[in-house]
Amino acid sequence: MSHGDMNLTLKIWRQKNTETKGSFETYPISGISPDMSFLEMIDVLNEKLIVEGKEPVAFDHDCREGICGMCSMYINGRPHGPKNAVTTCQLHMRSFKNGDTIVIEPWRASAFPVIKDLAVDRTSFDRIMAAGGFVSVNTGNAQDANNLPISKEDADESFTSAACIGCGACVAACKNASAMLFVSAKVSQYALLPQGQPERKSRVLAMVAQMEEEGFGSCTNTGACEAECPKGISISNIARLNREYLGAALSSK
Amino acid sequence: MNQKGIFKNVVVKKYIMGLSGLFLILFLLVHLSINLCALIPDGGNTFNELAEFMDLPVIKPLEVGLFIGFIIHILDALVLTLQNRKARKNGYEVSAANANSKWYSRSMGILGTLLLMFLIIHLAHFWFPNRFTGYELDGKESHNLYQLMLYTFNELWIVVLYVLVQISLGYHLLHGFRSAFQTLGLNHPRYNTIIEGLGVIYSITVPLLFAVIPVILYLRIHGYIPY
Ligand code: HEM
Ligand code: SF4
Ligand code: FES
Repeated sequence: MSHGDMNLTLKIWRQKNTETKGSFETYPISGISPDMSFLEMIDVLNEKLIVEGKEPVAFDHDCREGICGMCSMYINGRPHGPKNAVTTCQLHMRSFKNGDTIVIEPWRASAFPVIKDLAVDRTSFDRIMAAGGFVSVNTGNAQDANNLPISKEDADESFTSAACIGCGACVAACKNASAMLFVSAKVSQYALLPQGQPERKSRVLAMVAQMEEEGFGSCTNTGACEAECPKGISISNIARLNREYLGAALSSK
Repeated sequence: MNQKGIFKNVVVKKYIMGLSGLFLILFLLVHLSINLCALIPDGGNTFNELAEFMDLPVIKPLEVGLFIGFIIHILDALVLTLQNRKARKNGYEVSAANANSKWYSRSMGILGTLLLMFLIIHLAHFWFPNRFTGYELDGKESHNLYQLMLYTFNELWIVVLYVLVQISLGYHLLHGFRSAFQTLGLNHPRYNTIIEGLGVIYSITVPLLFAVIPVILYLRIHGYIPY
């Protein structure tokens, strides 16, 4: 791994498991290149910790290119660090200054319990998806595309909402740990497509009910989620969810 | 799952929050219009006539409705705030929330609590004596709300209190006005600028005019400005 001359102090949340109480540990680190990604910097730290016979820092990551949504880290008070519209794996060390102290915490939400150190359990998102984030399709040959006319505008809007990677930064940033941006992106993505119509009402009712059951907070429209979302999901989706829910609640049995 | 009572749902609780907030916004317009009449230099005649009208039995249901509106808004706020607290039991060590949201958007509960504390004082100043105990001015039983206003705003600290609370109201509304529309699902590129613009105008003008009234009355009482 390339070496540079950045010296940093890392203050990292260490927690053995969900049951134990965690605390911060401070680690000085040197020889960091400004071209490293934030996760590569943590890799360097972990290699060092392993050589010293210590427990490496547990953190989630997978694609390392901003598409899987795993790399949850609350860096210096913001999800995914100081840059807008990037995930932690897309954040580079040139966004920091030599000599900086960097505080790294896990997402904090009752619905995202800490598994270990910086890794949190986000299966609550999976359960919300399982409640309604799907379309039922009959098996058989694919239909002719022209059977399902859709306006370019709606297709684009649906696609933009579908860009949500389920990273949970919206929940992490929200003062209420609300999952409304995530749920609204998922509801919108289907509500705008012809394929989503049969389950349109039951979907929004079921996903919102699951969201509440998981213990996420409610939305007070602070806009923190939109500002921190790496995929630029707009809070206009939350307004759409509010409309969809009202229509569904009033008209379904 | 929607059978278990839609009123228990967060999104529905938010509609109630937004609707009650918009209701209070409308009420403030009525309240302000009447109060501004206290500045008409006719010895409080216009203001007192309006005050008498507001005492008529037909207004009673509206007054009850207003109380219910406040109570719903406050209780709903309390329920939602407690629920939101529970959603994050362990807080962050470092928070850079100013990078993603406005302080007043995050402080609706505190701003609202200040408004509630003021509301209680305010009711004790005017509504309570007017409705129940009656009041004595210059040693004799009186029913002159304008005189009661002059009597109350004779004290500097009360004037200062009334002015300061308008700052809380202004910030509560700077977030609340547009937030209510978003909560009710009214977010559309064509109307967003209008809603936001109206919100800013309302949140500055209404508290400012509310603040001006006690200040002018105080200055008049103490002879700093003529009638
Ligand atoms: C004349 C007085 C008041 C007016 C005009 C007013 C107006 C509003 C409006 C328009 C909202 C936005 C609703 C939404 O986002 O859907 C709001 C929210 C809120 N209000 Fe008030 N309010 C007033 C008094 C109070 C009082 C006395 C309290 C508390 C004791 C309070 C607490 C709150 C809270 C906590 C919220 C945020 C709730 C949320 O967004 O979930 N307000 N208010
Ligand atoms: S809405 Fe944005 S912040 Fe929230 S889970 Fe999806 S991609 Fe992440
Ligand atoms: S590791 Fe996949 S988004 Fe960061």
